[in-house]
Amino acid sequence: MSDDTPLDVDGLGACPIPISDYPNVLLAHGGGGSLSQMLIEGMFAPTFANDWLNPLHDGAVIEIDAGRMAVSTDSFVISPMFFPGGDIGSLAVHGTVNDVAMCGARPMAITVGMVIEEGLPMEDLWRIVSSIKAAADEAGVAVATGDTKVVDRGKGDGIFINTTGFGMVPDGIDIRPERIAVGDQVIVSGTIADHGIAIMSVREGLEFETALESDSASLGGLVEAILAAGGHDVHVLRDPTRGGLASATNEIAKAAGLGIRLRETAIPMQDQVLAACEILGFDPLYVANEGKLIGIVTSEVADEVLATMRSHPHGADATIIGEVVDDHHGRVLLTSRIGGNRVVDMLSGEQLPRIC
Amino acid sequence: MKYVDEYRDEAEAQRYLEAIRSTVTRPWTIMEICGGQTHTFIKFGIDELLPDEIELVHGPGCPVCVTPLEMIERALAIARRPDVIFTSFGDMMRVPGSDADLLTIKAQGGDVRMVYSPLDAVRVAQANPDREVVFFAVGFETTAPANAMAVKQAQMLGLDNFSILSSHVLVPPAMEAILGAGDNRVQGFLAAGHVCAVMGYWEYGPIAEKYHTPIVVTGFEPLDLLQGTYMTVKALEEGRYGVENQYTRAVTLEGNAPAQQLLSEVFTTVDRPWRGIGTIPMSGYNLRPQFESFDAVQKFDVEAIAPPENEICIAGEIMRGLKKPNDCAAFGEECTPEHPLGAPMVSTEGACAAYFQYGRVG
Repeated sequence: MSDDTPLDVDGLGACPIPISDYPNVLLAHGGGGSLSQMLIEGMFAPTFANDWLNPLHDGAVIEIDAGRMAVSTDSFVISPMFFPGGDIGSLAVHGTVNDVAMCGARPMAITVGMVIEEGLPMEDLWRIVSSIKAAADEAGVAVATGDTKVVDRGKGDGIFINTTGFGMVPDGIDIRPERIAVGDQVIVSGTIADHGIAIMSVREGLEFETALESDSASLGGLVEAILAAGGHDVHVLRDPTRGGLASATNEIAKAAGLGIRLRETAIPMQDQVLAACEILGFDPLYVANEGKLIGIVTSEVADEVLATMRSHPHGADATIIGEVVDDHHGRVLLTSRIGGNRVVDMLSGEQLPRIC
Repeated sequence: MKYVDEYRDEAEAQRYLEAIRSTVTRPWTIMEICGGQTHTFIKFGIDELLPDEIELVHGPGCPVCVTPLEMIERALAIARRPDVIFTSFGDMMRVPGSDADLLTIKAQGGDVRMVYSPLDAVRVAQANPDREVVFFAVGFETTAPANAMAVKQAQMLGLDNFSILSSHVLVPPAMEAILGAGDNRVQGFLAAGHVCAVMGYWEYGPIAEKYHTPIVVTGFEPLDLLQGTYMTVKALEEGRYGVENQYTRAVTLEGNAPAQQLLSEVFTTVDRPWRGIGTIPMSGYNLRPQFESFDAVQKFDVEAIAPPENEICIAGEIMRGLKKPNDCAAFGEECTPEHPLGAPMVSTEGACAAYFQYGRVG
């Protein structure tokens, strides 16, 4: 695994499908006939080539050692498809690989299912496929099998991608919310809310100028480092994607039946994210992340895990933001920066920009 | 973050809390007008740090909450039309009408779009000359100037496919309505700083005088609210009434003259129903006759839509300071952010949503 290598989306060269003949994806590209074959053999198979995929069977046959396997699936429907710091392709890899990693597993393979809207520029599809390849390489996972469908124009939003990821959980690792205990420390791996605000900044109708980029990244390497430092004392790992830090900590508190207390002043945030949240009326605790994780570990290993995280590129701003308490069971409490307390509840629906 | 951190300093906050504690000698009921202030109070846990003598009640200054059901229903009727692109601020999307909200209409195929500025809606109208583009102009004196500007701009551009559904409401008449009611409990006001940034606070002197009530123009950050509360408590304890300005970094006595000029050019003051409260005389803005071609109520002939309010929801009593959200039998039970019975449970500025989100249950 080498998730420190920079993405080289352009390194794959020009689109292999003759753009002059097919500047846009047609219904027939998903129809199972010769155009489908051209797409698979011209674009997908050579790009993702690996021993599991190469036979191009109906499915991949993967040999594994006995043990515990983690599986996770996720669908990606993000608009816009290309955003500062990533695109739907890299996000589809990171999102699923991270979910597998949060089970304590080493991600090894993913499947990729694409639902493409008729008319998608072939160049865009190539950009996305290249991006999937680069992100998968960076995360150390192979694309084991895939599927492509094309739907009528107007019935999709450019492209939807589903990925399913697999990975083996090493012996001695047991990651689940029920294991948290009073006194455990809550660590976040870096600044929160970057992804959601970066997406918001380029969404139609809400554009605002910012140099902010999505934090979308593969966290497999960071998880491996955390587990190496904390081992069995690592109780929970969670990537706070949709619903943000607030929803993720709530889910953990509810599942464990214990309370979590957070300190507002400790939670790392970029100034420009905070500013955008102030303007839009968003609470950053509820804004999505795609390259951050929450770790809950025993107080005995907290300092060592923290130091290990900080020496990893994806955990440089890691901070202890709170702890598990034997109080307000099932709920998350936050001590505000002026010393008052409030409950941090689950997000209801979506956050909507305010009037004034 | 500069200009924010300074107003969220814990040591300063403790200093103000101490000053309030050493000043207060008896119970006082203070209303913060604006929903943004309510949320800061609750979000930072300030209400629980204040001494028990001070009871905060939450005012009507949440534009989403006070927009009457008839306006919501008119909006929904217009948004359902296939020839219409209906544009709105995000907050209004989930406000329940009798049987739907704007997000439901969108899900059913209506072209409902969220915009961040009314000028964005004007741009949508320019880009879609064959569609009617309607902007839901809600809000207090704070949002009204931008909406007036949008109408002026549409006129300048010669757009005949742009109109606004004007549901603007005004703060001073609402304060008078609260103070003038026989069952009023409010003894002092934290006036809404951002409304005053536009309008100044010259309108408040006569109200303070008439009802012997201290009014302190207050900002929205924790220290603003603590200082505003301190100034109000001090005035109450000393038996003084009148208008004071805590929010001097944004508000002057006169306010923003060009904005006020624009408002009086485009809008005229009318009686307006407030959701849960009833009609308050001269408390709303409608377009002046010379701008009536931009009035969506006339354009789409929806004036007849005037449904009755939900009887369970006590939003009106909450916004007049008579009750708290958790006094409501439906709070957190029949009425939640997922299934709101009334608007204060929906809006980011609504008192019920603040109580629910920040766990002020029971």
